[in-house]
Amino acid sequence: MRQVWHPRPSPGQRSGAEHVRLEVPARSKDTVNTATPLTEAEILAIRGDFPILSTEVNGRPLVYLDSGATAQKPLSVLDAEREFYERRNSAVHRGAHTLAAEATEEFEDARESVARFVGARPDEIVWTSNATEGINLLAYAFSNASTAGPEFADLALHPGDEILVTELEHHANLIPWQQLAQRTGATLRFIPVDDEGLLVLDDALFTPRTRIVAFSHVSNVLGVINPVASIVAAAHAVGALVVLDACQSVPHLPVDVRALDVDFAVFSGHKMLGPTGIGALYGRRALLNALPPFLTGGSMITTVTMEAAEFLPAPQRFEAGTQRVSQAIALAAAVDYLSAIGMDRVAAHGSAVSRRLIDGLSAIAGVRVLGASGERVGLASFDVPGIHSHDMGQFLDDRGIAVRVGHHCAQPLHRRLGLVSTTRASGSIYTTDAEIDFFLEGVADARTFFGVTP
Amino acid sequence: MSDLDGLYQQLILDHSKTPHGRHPIEDVTASSHQVNPTCGDEVTVSLRVRGDAIEALGWEGHGCAISQASASLLSTLVTGQTVAEATSLLAEFREAMRSRGTIELDEDRFGDAIALNGVSRYVARVKCAMLSWVALERTLED
Repeated sequence: MRQVWHPRPSPGQRSGAEHVRLEVPARSKDTVNTATPLTEAEILAIRGDFPILSTEVNGRPLVYLDSGATAQKPLSVLDAEREFYERRNSAVHRGAHTLAAEATEEFEDARESVARFVGARPDEIVWTSNATEGINLLAYAFSNASTAGPEFADLALHPGDEILVTELEHHANLIPWQQLAQRTGATLRFIPVDDEGLLVLDDALFTPRTRIVAFSHVSNVLGVINPVASIVAAAHAVGALVVLDACQSVPHLPVDVRALDVDFAVFSGHKMLGPTGIGALYGRRALLNALPPFLTGGSMITTVTMEAAEFLPAPQRFEAGTQRVSQAIALAAAVDYLSAIGMDRVAAHGSAVSRRLIDGLSAIAGVRVLGASGERVGLASFDVPGIHSHDMGQFLDDRGIAVRVGHHCAQPLHRRLGLVSTTRASGSIYTTDAEIDFFLEGVADARTFFGVTP
Repeated sequence: MSDLDGLYQQLILDHSKTPHGRHPIEDVTASSHQVNPTCGDEVTVSLRVRGDAIEALGWEGHGCAISQASASLLSTLVTGQTVAEATSLLAEFREAMRSRGTIELDEDRFGDAIALNGVSRYVARVKCAMLSWVALERTLED
């Protein structure tokens, strides 16, 4: 049995094989899905639950293809938040009155729902504001390990230790590690990508000095599903801890953090039909309790004197101060909504959206689609030489089509691919074929409008 | 003219494709590099000021049609002007761009640059038009 966590590698590990051989499975192997995509009737019924989808933008029906940035919310999520404030609003984990007890119960039920949704135990789910905060929480907890006392020393990083990320990370899964490396003297290294944007796994990158391996399950720019199993195996073989940025996978794929065998994972509620201001950090229980806290204050302590404090176990250990109660409850409603459809079918729909996007964009002359060959979720980024992404976005917006433009918080990936910015279309369960076709027509027309047609 | 045609007037598209002043200049007296963090667009504006006159303005950078055309129109407009005149044009330009379409640029003072009038109704694009003007402002502050 593998040890609960991996402190500094044992001398035996150090003197063993310097590098671990990586087995890279076929990219589709991890993600075989036999579920049927959503039918047109099902999508139309789903759309009825999202009031914003029947609004107009610039006098045109909204075509929302920016779900990768933030997803729209169904009525059940909006209602859950309102109902909480109308009937049960009170502070959780303090106070003995009836409302406080009901609010606490509902808050903890929400944690259980979200935990079940990703295959975790409730006490392994820490509420955060979003994935960015989850990663920062970890990075600061790791640097606090250097100063929080001898019981945390195993998790402290030292000069010569290595943090491994990838070249395709969102800034949120890069900068906190850059900063942690700076604070501790550790070295930040990265798994590079090829000209298409796909990871180039090299076993030499996983060394006995590798302490943390942080990478995204699905790239927010490419939509490509990364080979989690291979990276986790390589990381664990050298005694490193794995942090998975699951922001773009949890909303679109069945995710089981235990099956993936990651040590930590983060995701954001607002990308998975939930409200803003709520996200979660998953961590294996023993690990969460072995880390020192990041934020300190009320609700996370056992005994406090004027000189010192003792901390509760996870998750309260990391939840100082008044929590995001209505948001957590509404996120549980979002999870219920997705579960009722079934994540296999959500994933099959995403796959169909992706195919239609990639095939359609590839068929337009002069369009470069990024990472087109990988197994992916329902999003695609592309470049049209001669049309800046902001101009493309503006042109599409005039037709009511909302897409993301710019570097999508991934400047290093864009630089590696020789680009400054791209346009990204990203779908969700409410995305129809007709919307994708309308978007594709817009991209083709933009070439005429901006005079880049051959 | 549709809103989109008002934003992307032919003159804007022409300037973005064949920009004026997009080259290095000699004997630079001041320069400023500006970045639009949302899209990564950047521009460096360089000036050669003699006495009170802007003898030359050159710029380099990359960005959307609006930012490229704006830098191009700026170089045409400001070259040969006094520093005081450029400063007052800058203030008027900023006021018009931030007016959400309620203030138009004066054709007698701005010439071809009035093609940028359409930008002010697109709040998200005002930064694109302003990028090179902010760079000019920084160089004049030096």
